[in-house]
Amino acid sequence: MGEVLLTHKLEGERLELAAGGSWTATHAGELEALVERVADEAPEAKDVSINMAGVREFDTFGAWLLERLTRQWTKSGREAVVVGLPEHDLGLIEEMRGVNLEAAPKPVRQNPLVNAFAAFGRAGVDFGHDLVIFAGMLGAVSVSLGRVVLHPRDYRLTSTVHQFDRVAWQAVPIILLITFLIDAIISQQGIFHFRRFGAELYSVDLVAILVLREIGVLIVAIMVAGRSGSSYTAELGAMKMREEIDALRTMGFDPTEVLILPRILVLVVALPVLTFLGSLAALYGGGLVAWLYGGISPDIYIARLSDAISLTHFKVGMIKAPFMGLVIGVVACAAGLRVKGSAESLGLQTTNSVVQSIFLVIVLDGLFAIFFASIGM
Amino acid sequence: MTKKNAVIKMRDLEVGFGNQTVLDHLDLDVREGEILGVVGGSGAGKSVLLRTIIGLVPKRHGSIEVLGVDLAKVNEAERRTLERRWGVLFQQGALFSSLTVRQNVQFPMRENLEISQQLMDEMAMAKLEMVGLTPQDANKFPSELSGGMTKRAALARALALDPEIVFLDEPTSGLDPISAGDFDELIRTLQQTLEITVFMVTHDLESLYTACDRIAVLADGKVVADGPIANMLESEHPWVKTYFQGKRGGMLADRQMNA
Repeated sequence: MGEVLLTHKLEGERLELAAGGSWTATHAGELEALVERVADEAPEAKDVSINMAGVREFDTFGAWLLERLTRQWTKSGREAVVVGLPEHDLGLIEEMRGVNLEAAPKPVRQNPLVNAFAAFGRAGVDFGHDLVIFAGMLGAVSVSLGRVVLHPRDYRLTSTVHQFDRVAWQAVPIILLITFLIDAIISQQGIFHFRRFGAELYSVDLVAILVLREIGVLIVAIMVAGRSGSSYTAELGAMKMREEIDALRTMGFDPTEVLILPRILVLVVALPVLTFLGSLAALYGGGLVAWLYGGISPDIYIARLSDAISLTHFKVGMIKAPFMGLVIGVVACAAGLRVKGSAESLGLQTTNSVVQSIFLVIVLDGLFAIFFASIGM
Repeated sequence: MTKKNAVIKMRDLEVGFGNQTVLDHLDLDVREGEILGVVGGSGAGKSVLLRTIIGLVPKRHGSIEVLGVDLAKVNEAERRTLERRWGVLFQQGALFSSLTVRQNVQFPMRENLEISQQLMDEMAMAKLEMVGLTPQDANKFPSELSGGMTKRAALARALALDPEIVFLDEPTSGLDPISAGDFDELIRTLQQTLEITVFMVTHDLESLYTACDRIAVLADGKVVADGPIANMLESEHPWVKTYFQGKRGGMLADRQMNA
């Protein structure tokens, strides 16, 4: 390896360049600077001869820069001669003569302000599209559910059991842990603040009602959206990318029936189960903190609990759960099917799936709150 | 044939996964400026051999020397310098799906060279035109390309830094015979103009006849035959015999003889 050389000498009206060193990719940066400097040199010179005899190494980068140099001279009607090039490099030069003849189309650049507005508008339109897709997916799932009810033998039981294992059974430990901890914290905060009024005992009401009506089901839904919703989207998206879904369709299977219906049904069943287990763990956590931190003995806690809560509170939480499972499943599967060829789009749709399903779960929870309040539950 | 220097030297190479041995004490040389075609049945370890040389699969035993450097004895920096001197065309192209074709080709340049954006654009276009793509294709994303175009774009990326060795993993698989033929010819021309050494894993008999200078046959984890196509036709090894003189191979061999 040696450095690059390009020396120039003016002979009358002829500029004589002598090249040397390595005209290779490694030195392309210096080489480019040299070539550009020489182009401005000697504007009075009529023609140029470039002697390449001193060049030790030569590759496409060198060849292209040489070609660029000669093009610059010939473009202004002057003559450029290359001499002293080894025989075996002529092919490379010949190859370079043919490239970059037409200007490469520049990537279109738009006004950033217009782009910002366009992005805003597009986000609005996309939101509308998402709603339509959501409704479409809900419809498709209902249709295949109807078909399965008519022909129960077609239902994919194995797939359902497998998904149930992944979505519900394997989620049990983490759900128990999270709900336990969250309710322990709520209980501690409740006791801490109620103590000022000497009303520690009411923290039990706080914990119990909150868990059964809202927190239990919400925490579980958010956990499941992050845990299983994202994996549904990624799975279906990868299957879409590898044309597995197209393959199913051409074999006469309905992807909604084979892939999506079992997944969504599993979520609809799994969410109430997990909510039930999560609420148990939450009440346990709350009670433990009440005992250790608040000095409320387990007997009193349980007695207080049975006073504070009724079956209605429990029902309110459990009724919401399957609907939340449905929303998570539909959003996740719809996002999975929207994945296009690239890895980037897979990531984008997985993010979308989790963000949208958590958002919709909370919106749904709000709607249920209004509904239950108006029917007096 | 003049004996040229070996740019890749494998000695006593053993590679395996779990309790399965894929390459069993294999010796092979790749000489400077040749196109070596590696063939073998499915699962014979062709791709594993390629991936072992470029360092994606660990070896159990033996040595690999590339461009005079023993791969077992290099440190991280030396290894990176060495990797800059070879280019790899993966079977599925492995183009980065979030970058356009032009950005894909520029990626190695941007990371390894200090050159202006203008030169980078010009070089990327030059490479793309060399492999037969048009300037219009440069702004497309990999998902918008056909199979043949993907392979060409991936080859352009493999050639981005003007490597001395190019590894091709089944370059013509998934292409129609005409595109495959064009691709063979392209490899041949590029090898001659750029004076590179090509290590090609292939299934394609046609490629072996038209593009390769030398062929190495892998079977039972070893190189069971190597040499130019004429040697292959004379070989007595059962797999080599079936491959080159079987239904498909025989037809090509006859055509070659009559031509």
